[in-house]
Amino acid sequence: MALKDLPREEYLLPGSAACPGCPATIGLRTVLKALGKKTILVVPACCTAVIESWYPNSSFNVPLLNIAFEASGAAASGIVSALKQKGRDDINVVVWAGDGGTYDIGIQAMSGAFERGTDFIYICYNNQIYSNTGIQRSGATPYGAWTTTTVSGKGEFPKDMGAIVRAHRIPYVATACISYPEDLYNKVRKAKEIRGSKYIEVLTPCPPGWRFPMDRTVEMGRLAVETGVWPLYEYENEEMTFNGISRAIFEGKYKRKPVEDWLKLQGRFSHLFKPKRDEERIKRFEKFVDDMWERFRKEFG
Amino acid sequence: MKVVVDTGNHIAALAAKLAKPDVVAAYPITPQTTIVEKIAEYVAKGEFSGDYVCVESEHSAMSACIGASAAGARTFTATSAHGLLLMHEMLHWAALARLPIVMVNVNRAVGPGWNIWSDQNDSMAQRDTGWIQIYCSSNQEIFDSIIQAFKLAEHKDVQLPVMVCYDGFILSHTSMPVKVPEQKEIDDFLPKREPKWVLDPENPVTHGNIIMPKDYPSIRKAMQDAQENAKKLIPDIAREWRERFGTYHGELIERYMCDDAEYILLTYAALGAESKIAINELRKEGKKVGLARIRFFRPFPTEDILDLAKNSDLIVLDRSISIGMEGPLFTEVKSSLYGKSDAKVFGYIAGLGGKDVTYKDIEKMVNHAIDGKYREVVWYDMGGC
Amino acid sequence: MKKYDVVTTLSYPKTGAMGKTGTWRIFRPILNKDKCVKCLRCWIFCPEGAIIRKDDDSVEIDYNYCKGCGICARECKVKAITMEREE
Repeated sequence: MALKDLPREEYLLPGSAACPGCPATIGLRTVLKALGKKTILVVPACCTAVIESWYPNSSFNVPLLNIAFEASGAAASGIVSALKQKGRDDINVVVWAGDGGTYDIGIQAMSGAFERGTDFIYICYNNQIYSNTGIQRSGATPYGAWTTTTVSGKGEFPKDMGAIVRAHRIPYVATACISYPEDLYNKVRKAKEIRGSKYIEVLTPCPPGWRFPMDRTVEMGRLAVETGVWPLYEYENEEMTFNGISRAIFEGKYKRKPVEDWLKLQGRFSHLFKPKRDEERIKRFEKFVDDMWERFRKEFG
Repeated sequence: MKVVVDTGNHIAALAAKLAKPDVVAAYPITPQTTIVEKIAEYVAKGEFSGDYVCVESEHSAMSACIGASAAGARTFTATSAHGLLLMHEMLHWAALARLPIVMVNVNRAVGPGWNIWSDQNDSMAQRDTGWIQIYCSSNQEIFDSIIQAFKLAEHKDVQLPVMVCYDGFILSHTSMPVKVPEQKEIDDFLPKREPKWVLDPENPVTHGNIIMPKDYPSIRKAMQDAQENAKKLIPDIAREWRERFGTYHGELIERYMCDDAEYILLTYAALGAESKIAINELRKEGKKVGLARIRFFRPFPTEDILDLAKNSDLIVLDRSISIGMEGPLFTEVKSSLYGKSDAKVFGYIAGLGGKDVTYKDIEKMVNHAIDGKYREVVWYDMGGC
Repeated sequence: MKKYDVVTTLSYPKTGAMGKTGTWRIFRPILNKDKCVKCLRCWIFCPEGAIIRKDDDSVEIDYNYCKGCGICARECKVKAITMEREE
């Protein structure tokens, strides 16, 4: 499928409160095109809650329930249950939550919703920080990254949320990236047709959060995939399929671009290079990515 | 109409069933557990109209109810103490979102240490959330109040959530006879919910996005007005119920022997029932005492309090304490009277942590006030009189 | 669009909910239609949805809302879009 096959209808209206170059809005436009009109969004505290703009106006042309930070999965469960009772299970119920509201404070409610087999799509748009509150570390923040709460660079590695979600044995777990809109669109379309819990995690490179110029958003996502830092995959019925370049990486047919190339373009990693190269930390980061692909090969090869 | 003899919790579950909620999302906690278990039994027997979501925490229970209610469902849940406290954030959320959720809170003391017995600190701590609060003193009142709560909550001029509270173990696990109307009769009293706002792809709205300071106060004022409207509707609903089903427990308050009383005892929940016996005993001694049992703590019955204070001094008995100040009923009674009454008001606190309070204890407290021994707030549990 | 009359934070869809966000721009994208191959990359990657897709899949920039991020210029493979400083 090609970009021209994507529907024209916009469910995210222009003139929102998003930063120029915001990846969340890029993702949302594609995701909402895949979902269509019969969609209810659940949005916890996150950038998108602000992007909606303020009362009495909204930039969203689908029904949207804002909810407390930790509660997306539970609120979605309630909506799904109500719609089922009213015979309206033809309406997509979709959580659109940041990594904070997914990896950290929101993990319990999400996990509970999955364990109950709630018929909804949980989309985590991951910009690897608590962005809305001003760039603090989250459970998704990569090793070595500057944030306002990891000033000399994060000392820990991010959670493997994909593995955590796969362990819930839900019908569909996928990763995506805003730089690959056809792939994201297809995954949302597929998820929409499956009954049960679906999870899609979308990498959303954030210009102010990662410290890069606002015109490089799409490029940053692409490079994350090309370096192997961000894998694109689908996990369905306990079968793992990698997509696009990630598949070529997995099959050993594509030599990953150096991770450094990705790190160097982001101000949040600049302390790893200036004033002096921090070889040890750069190597640790690279090893983390190597190990991830090694684990993939062992588990799914 | 049939008579059912069962525990407060089972009666609550029965009322919830007959109200025909679309969604129940709940999490177990002592001493509420037998409610959720009874509902599960109804579900297994195919007797329950709604969808039952076994959520993984109370915060999620209220969040799920909010989602369901926003999608147009009639929703019900139940909790107690720590569960209530855990969902505190979402109690605020539900009320600000004007969602007519009905919840049972089985009163239980708050820890640490773990204390499963009853006082009203848990629900009193929620009095600022915007929820309407009812305190029950019998299983019949539990049944009646739950069904009436849906009618009140869903009324077009109210649209606020309602919590029905009653004492853990004292009522929750004690059996009493309860007159239960037929489903058809309940349906006639309680029509289907008509949401005042709803998540609907045919009419997309965003709920709860950023609101600027200049717009926020109107949301709060509308909630206040809604509770004022509730004050007027509560007597109507109680009387309609009495006409249809024959049972009645008072309106915002229940008065007992107040007409010629020189002293009126004000209290709530199980102590309200126990107090009736104390009043009877004191009357036998020739003391002119009465009881005003507070049913609705929110909206607070200020007008009723002023009326009681016209010809009587007031003896307030709280089974809760706002640490650093007084029992909440004591404070709010005085606040209702300020500048408008010369009545004396005496404050007693008893039964914290479920410490037993019998009618003999209540007689002691009332006599303490009548005999002029009151100097300041009395902590009866600590040997105050 | 039905408006509900209960007083709670209910907001309704509006294009330009934050006003004419085009005023945020420092640089503006200029499209050279002759170079455009109608690949629609600029359309899908515009965070704002400020690139209008016409019936024939040609595009037009909505300067009312374009915030001037420059992603469209960056992602255009035939360099049909250039960024110029606003006056």
